[in-house]
Amino acid sequence: MIALLLRDLKLALRAGGGFGLGLAFFLIVTVMVPFSVGPESTLLSTIAPGVLWLGALLACLLSLDRLLALDWEDGSLDLLATAPLPLEAVVTIKALAHWITTGLPLVLAAPILGVLLNLSPSGYAALVTSLLLGTPALSVIGTFGAALTVGLKRGGLLLSLLVLPLYVPTLIFGSEAARRGALGMDISTPLLMLAGITAACVALLPFASAAVLRVNLR
Amino acid sequence: MTLTVSDLAIARGGVPVLEGVGFELQPGKALIVRGPNGVGKTTLLRTLAGLQPPLWGTITGGDETIAYAGHSDGIKPTLSVSENLKFWASVFGAKGIDAALQAFALTDLVERHAGNLSAGQKRRLGLSRLLVTERPIWVLDEPTVSLDVSAVQMFADTVRSHLSTGGSALIATHIDLGLDGDVLDVGPYKAKPKSLDDFDEGFL
Repeated sequence: MIALLLRDLKLALRAGGGFGLGLAFFLIVTVMVPFSVGPESTLLSTIAPGVLWLGALLACLLSLDRLLALDWEDGSLDLLATAPLPLEAVVTIKALAHWITTGLPLVLAAPILGVLLNLSPSGYAALVTSLLLGTPALSVIGTFGAALTVGLKRGGLLLSLLVLPLYVPTLIFGSEAARRGALGMDISTPLLMLAGITAACVALLPFASAAVLRVNLR
Repeated sequence: MTLTVSDLAIARGGVPVLEGVGFELQPGKALIVRGPNGVGKTTLLRTLAGLQPPLWGTITGGDETIAYAGHSDGIKPTLSVSENLKFWASVFGAKGIDAALQAFALTDLVERHAGNLSAGQKRRLGLSRLLVTERPIWVLDEPTVSLDVSAVQMFADTVRSHLSTGGSALIATHIDLGLDGDVLDVGPYKAKPKSLDDFDEGFL
């Protein structure tokens, strides 16, 4: 399992691996927002938590379609399915690798980009905590979507349509926690909800992903 | 480990392709699967490897004992030859990759990125993966595609030494590998087309 994780990280970092794609997208979105809504600092600081969360979510979505598709195309997925690793472990590791290469950089970049949107000083801790708790769910749900659409040519559109509604609870509670933090309010309730959603996704979805993958491999 | 298959029926895309397939593969034996294009050889091998369930029938002895090699080699172009092979070795818990590299004359290419290999070299890398699986039953689908004469010989020697150590192999191929083994012609097992008498039944 560690070998698979290391291989996926190595592949992501090498040429054409797509590392940094989500990060660049996140950067572009956040830099563009002040241009589109105007440089008024009070407005920017009001919308900052929501914009940062939405940007992170869409950046996560961007790299999902290659999560399993590359392994499908070159036949590795067939070989992994016949290897001693259970398919549940394979999809969990894939989701973990996706989180490390996409989710974690977004979490780390968010506070820097918060400065560009005039996020209030009290909001940084809440923003980082909520992203740290929420982005694993985005990767796990995304892996499920990728497993559903793995055999399809140009499955990216269908993948987005399937995955975005499933992202809604995470987005609602994540941006709510970040917003409350920015306003100096108590953030424990949305954070607990967010942690609950992530825990449920991590516990249950690998079984669903592995099941649909088995059907798609036929 | 003996692989026993009895009364197996398989389907591709919802259409039954083979039915009533039965054979036994003893340790140390090779079985060559033959049949015209499209008869269902690949589907049969994928079913044995556990990638799809049979329509009915039983397969025994195939659990965690089969190493499958299909049409594509599962090679990552941005990893080097040794990185590709080491990954599979650690997935299957094998000790080293040196024997596998030597068997397919890949020792000079270890540092080369797999994306820069020729088609035949890629295939050799794909086949060398079988040696690091350390599994007794090899299920191979057209293993000699894009191999030259000497590489085919290399492959035949590897299979022979695998058989001599108590392994077995099920190979779908159209060329003569010079292996000591039976031939299974799947042509006669072709599933009967559904009766056309009642083609308008759905409308009546």
